[in-house]
Amino acid sequence: MFEEVGTTVEGDVIINVGPQHPATHGVLHLVITLNGETIKKVEPHLGFIHRSIEKMCESLSYRQFIYVTSRMDYLSSHINNHACALCVEQGLQVEIPPRAQVIRVLMDELTRIASHELWWGAMAMDLGAFTPFFHAFRERESINDIMEETCGARLTMNYMVPGGVMQDLHPNFQKRTKEFIQLYKRKIHEYDELVTGNIIFQNRMKNVGYLSAEDAISYGCSGPAARGSGVSCDIRKIYPYEIYDKLEFDEVLETGGDSFARYMIRIREMQQSIRIIEQLIDNIPDGEFQAKTKAVLKLPKGEFYQRVETARGELGVYIVSEGGTTPYRIKFRSPGFSNLSVLDHIARGSKLGDLVAMMGTLDLVIPDIDR
Amino acid sequence: MLNEELKAHITGLLPTATFEEGGQWLTIHVAPAEWLSLAEHLRNDASLQFNYLFCLTCIDWKTHLTMVYHLSSTPYRHNIVIKSKLDRNNPDIETVSHIWRTAEFHEREVYEMFGVNFLHHPDLRLLILPDGWEGKNPLRKDFEDPINMIKL
Amino acid sequence: MWSFSNIANNIHVWLNNNFNPTITLIIEMVMAGVAVIGLFAGLGLVLVIMERKVSAWMQIRLGPNRVGPKGMLQSLADTLKLLVKEGLTPNGADKFLFNLAPFIAMIVAMLLMAPIAFASGFQLWDLNIGVLYVSAVSSLMVISILMAGWSSNNKYSLMGAMRSGAQIVSYELSAGLSVLAVVVMTGSLQVSEIIASQQNGWWIFKGHIPMLVAFVTFIIAVTAETNRAPFDLAEAESELTAGFHTEYSGMKFALFFLAEYVNVFIVCAIGATLFLGGWMPFHIGNWTGFNHVMDYIPSSIWFFGKTFFLIFVIMWFRWTFPRLRIDQLLNLEWKYLLPISMINLLVVTAMAILGWHF
Repeated sequence: MFEEVGTTVEGDVIINVGPQHPATHGVLHLVITLNGETIKKVEPHLGFIHRSIEKMCESLSYRQFIYVTSRMDYLSSHINNHACALCVEQGLQVEIPPRAQVIRVLMDELTRIASHELWWGAMAMDLGAFTPFFHAFRERESINDIMEETCGARLTMNYMVPGGVMQDLHPNFQKRTKEFIQLYKRKIHEYDELVTGNIIFQNRMKNVGYLSAEDAISYGCSGPAARGSGVSCDIRKIYPYEIYDKLEFDEVLETGGDSFARYMIRIREMQQSIRIIEQLIDNIPDGEFQAKTKAVLKLPKGEFYQRVETARGELGVYIVSEGGTTPYRIKFRSPGFSNLSVLDHIARGSKLGDLVAMMGTLDLVIPDIDR
Repeated sequence: MLNEELKAHITGLLPTATFEEGGQWLTIHVAPAEWLSLAEHLRNDASLQFNYLFCLTCIDWKTHLTMVYHLSSTPYRHNIVIKSKLDRNNPDIETVSHIWRTAEFHEREVYEMFGVNFLHHPDLRLLILPDGWEGKNPLRKDFEDPINMIKL
Repeated sequence: MWSFSNIANNIHVWLNNNFNPTITLIIEMVMAGVAVIGLFAGLGLVLVIMERKVSAWMQIRLGPNRVGPKGMLQSLADTLKLLVKEGLTPNGADKFLFNLAPFIAMIVAMLLMAPIAFASGFQLWDLNIGVLYVSAVSSLMVISILMAGWSSNNKYSLMGAMRSGAQIVSYELSAGLSVLAVVVMTGSLQVSEIIASQQNGWWIFKGHIPMLVAFVTFIIAVTAETNRAPFDLAEAESELTAGFHTEYSGMKFALFFLAEYVNVFIVCAIGATLFLGGWMPFHIGNWTGFNHVMDYIPSSIWFFGKTFFLIFVIMWFRWTFPRLRIDQLLNLEWKYLLPISMINLLVVTAMAILGWHF
């Protein structure tokens, strides 16, 4: 399966990037065929972090399998759990109390901001500027502290359950979230000055990795990777779930199709998330935080598909149930899997240095791809 | 388009298709031999335009395998599900990777996990499993691995 | 009384009285060599800890603060660590070149210490083509990088070395032209004369705008010459895992590392000498009172202050800007910096002839 690392007849050189590499954001092995500095072909070799989550879930109950999914795309762990919980609730036909809905959306949006912050810091670091990484983590630490108080964990917060959330919010949650919003608004202009407006960054990202709208749809891209090419695909707007249809926020679209467009989309998505949080943080309804469900859940025979918008794109959870206490088959349609397939298409003809910018703006998290 | 209109339109395209009741989206059962022509129609028909394949997977029903394709349309925002029953010992089906490019990776994954052979696939080989994987397909229900699998 | 020339003179006289002239010469050469090596090592230690503290300050963190008071002894710990590391030679590497490359880098760095004037009268070798000597010897650095990349028998190292070679050779031109601007104004290549000509004001003020342009192109060009960010493609950690010195470990890596920092010191010292007056205090024209007050501060403090200020600016670049791609980097040089330097040189020459400077 591995091509012999060496030279082909035409003088092309085949090099390996990864699996251990500072810029691949996980264990991804790319076999790149280079001619000088120009890339001729990129072939991803996956599977270094394959944990057979889909097979594992076939022997876990409907309450247990949600916690395994936090480890898939660990940067949007709340959103992964949310998707699984929603899918199970679709089967159970249970009504979620409004307080639980609002808490879930708040946690989702905070996770989205945290994920984009880490993406921003890591992207700048890949391009060579080390300072934004620390600034990004300062904001991310605030969010992690908020999560730690309420959910008990900082990275894989197993907080969503079928029916609502596991525990009520910590009394400090509102205060700390409001402080975080203030901190974020004070510091966001630093990001623009330090990175977005910097001419070196712009030159490294503009006209790099052009992805047309037809290709984005054909390759199944979703999330900021597709929205950068003008494809409107925000699940929160098109197939709204929870209370997203009652919230006011914009779907951020750019028509550039290059890396800089994808970059700007994530920066603006962070601002839209702040807008959503501001709308909700003062209006958390009182009531139950979890609907009454049985201890052992049994889904009726049938199939259920739930799609949500994670920080990376469209996550789909497909449960096939035979009426028992464990799912018969679960399929996780991960956004990174399709986004990675487009890397070969957009990388041909560009330079090795551009590959790093492209991988950064596609925002690949490898555990999401390998499951 | 609503489910009933889609049902009528697709019956017009392919009279031998059967439909499943229930579920949020229209579910169509086709024979594997007719899948490719139906797929091309679904993609190119002006009133359907299913240009977004968002999930491609397979389910092992112990007596047979079922391929499941979830399609969506970006202009019209309707969704359908296509299922195709495959023989367990001889699972062959045409590839659709030239219609929806995302199918390339998804079909490779189904090939290695379930053993489905996709005809005319440009590059059918192992994707997630390690190179040189000798043995059966892991996601099939009769997969035994005494070392790594623990039966609860 | 304690001035360097006095001490040097006393030593010379004492040695001449006790030994014959040849032995005196050899002993003096050995003493100079030891002093340079000592300075090399001392500078290396200071610059390593300075880089780490400056970067920490810019990244809102503390930096090393365990070893010694406020972490000041961190460099000693680093040196000890590098000394005891295993020095591996990769399979299939060209052993002779592999071992020779870091030493050439170090030798070049030490040779460049010779014409720098650290304080008034404190210069190892005041040759009459001082500036030309510096320009020429610093080009030898590219040989050591190419040797390191080639002999490592590693594709990444080779790519890093090629990129670096192209980069250094290109930016030599702009650096040389910027330096020429000062030489034209002074009329001499000799370092002591250049400093003396700044008696009534530093060239960056006397030469106003064209000299400022020359200074800016000089700083950009020497950042590229010493492979510092934003031009550090040769060592791009996130792309090529350390480029041309990927395969070096232990003492040989330490030598490359030190040679890079000492190079930064030297080019900043040259910049300070040519544009900011070297050890000359801040004088304004004919204001003798002010000048007299400024003279109280020892000249070595002036020199080191200016040099370390320029080093701080270069470090500031590293932690602010991302990396340029190789084609963008070469574009910058050949399409922008080189024409600007050439036109600037013409303007400076016109200025010198017509006397339009202060």
